[in-house]
Amino acid sequence: MYVAVKGGERAIDNAHAWLAEERRGDPAVTELSVAQIREQLSIAVNRVMAEGSLYDPDLAALAIKQARGDLIEAIFLIRAYRTTLPRFGASLPVDTGAMRCDRRISATFKDAPGGQVLGPTFDYTHRLLDFKLAAEGETPHAPTATPTPGPTPHIMGYLDCEGLIQQEPESDSTPPDLTREPMELPADRALRLQALTRGDEGFILSLAYSTQRGYARNHAFVGELRIGAVAVEMGIPELGFAIEIGEVVLTECETVNQFKGSKTEPPQFTRGYGLVFGQTERKAIAMALVDRALRWKELGEEDQGAPAQDEEFVLMHADNIQATGFLEHIKLPHYVDFQSELELVRKLRREAEGFATQEAAE
Amino acid sequence: MSDEFDRKAWMGLLARAPAADLDRLWARAGFAPEHSYLRPPEVGGVMVRGRAGATGAPFNLGEMTVTRCALRLADGAVGHGYVQGRGKQHAVQAAMVDALMQGPQAKEVRAAVLEPLAEAEASRRAARTAKAAATKVDFFTMVRGED
Repeated sequence: MYVAVKGGERAIDNAHAWLAEERRGDPAVTELSVAQIREQLSIAVNRVMAEGSLYDPDLAALAIKQARGDLIEAIFLIRAYRTTLPRFGASLPVDTGAMRCDRRISATFKDAPGGQVLGPTFDYTHRLLDFKLAAEGETPHAPTATPTPGPTPHIMGYLDCEGLIQQEPESDSTPPDLTREPMELPADRALRLQALTRGDEGFILSLAYSTQRGYARNHAFVGELRIGAVAVEMGIPELGFAIEIGEVVLTECETVNQFKGSKTEPPQFTRGYGLVFGQTERKAIAMALVDRALRWKELGEEDQGAPAQDEEFVLMHADNIQATGFLEHIKLPHYVDFQSELELVRKLRREAEGFATQEAAE
Repeated sequence: MSDEFDRKAWMGLLARAPAADLDRLWARAGFAPEHSYLRPPEVGGVMVRGRAGATGAPFNLGEMTVTRCALRLADGAVGHGYVQGRGKQHAVQAAMVDALMQGPQAKEVRAAVLEPLAEAEASRRAARTAKAAATKVDFFTMVRGED
């Protein structure tokens, strides 16, 4: 139990003043601007938006600056800010098929219509430190080419046509929202996807990796991975029609998994789905694998007792703000608790010693 | 009203436009219509939804910041602004453009504000698409040795 204590105000104020000074670092070094963070540390900004569950690059960059680069602390700041915003409503579900793709690859179909577009990727880099970046260099310029006109359809659509992949049940129902009501288990897929997309990248990554290593094995191919901007539309009651209220960059991953069939389902491919704010590829792939593992019950698969199949385990531990809040609170004053524990141990020791003396005397 | 810009299209364009671009064009155009707020500019959040497997049931992806504003011009035209981000001035200017577009100044507003915004957006998008196109993979099959 946490017990309120008084005192220490001056120490706290001074600690925060020192924090501000340390945050600034050596004043001889130029101060980092929020715009610099937004533009040049964009992958960190994307992670803070995804797990902070609020798409606003400027706010995420500010949070990273304030948190001295501690991304979980930055996510905490964004989550706290988010709660102060009045909710205007919910968007129509975004159409990722109409995404303007910066990147779009498939590990299953080489000749997918629209092609394999690598985009600004770390893939195929040699992971050697580039010391040129340590010096101020020229502005790099990316080559351009004439784009081939035409849509970039979802690759899954082709398997869908042949009936070889499990269909997604169509629905326009209002999904549950874990930011409004406490999470209830068992959760439906919509609630699981919400929890996964805002879940801790490291946690989701490790769970996904565990499924690849054999804990709830479901061999996944990346059917398609796409990154790009999609329009966000919302119905406006005072207008009586829907308008675009902006656009967001998303990463979407669709996995294709082998499935031998079950009592209820024919042999076919099944799917896992990842959709995350920003360019957040690792997270989106991991989300798709964990989503697939959690679907064992609806697909009539065997419960292997693997962590990634355990809905309660996954959903109740995926949120890094809940986790860090509970973890870190144990460092706050617990003096009264501890006093009672101390008394208890002393008492037990006295009793044990008394018993031993008594035994020796006999 | 133009064919290219129906109300839905211009409101979307204003929502997506960088606030600084709209501000510059608005200031340069020199429109300063008298107005009263029906809803003063207000920052809030909208829950963005996706669909499971891209085509299935909706789920909540996360929120985005949005600023909205509603106003009435002296001639009675009502304008609404819903814009991405936390720019109150952005929302007010969007609402004024929306209101003016419904009146006799529509042609001037379109030329001074909407068309330059649309051109800037199109060129931003084209530049990205061209960079993406340059990263498209051309596969070629290696000649096998056995025959």
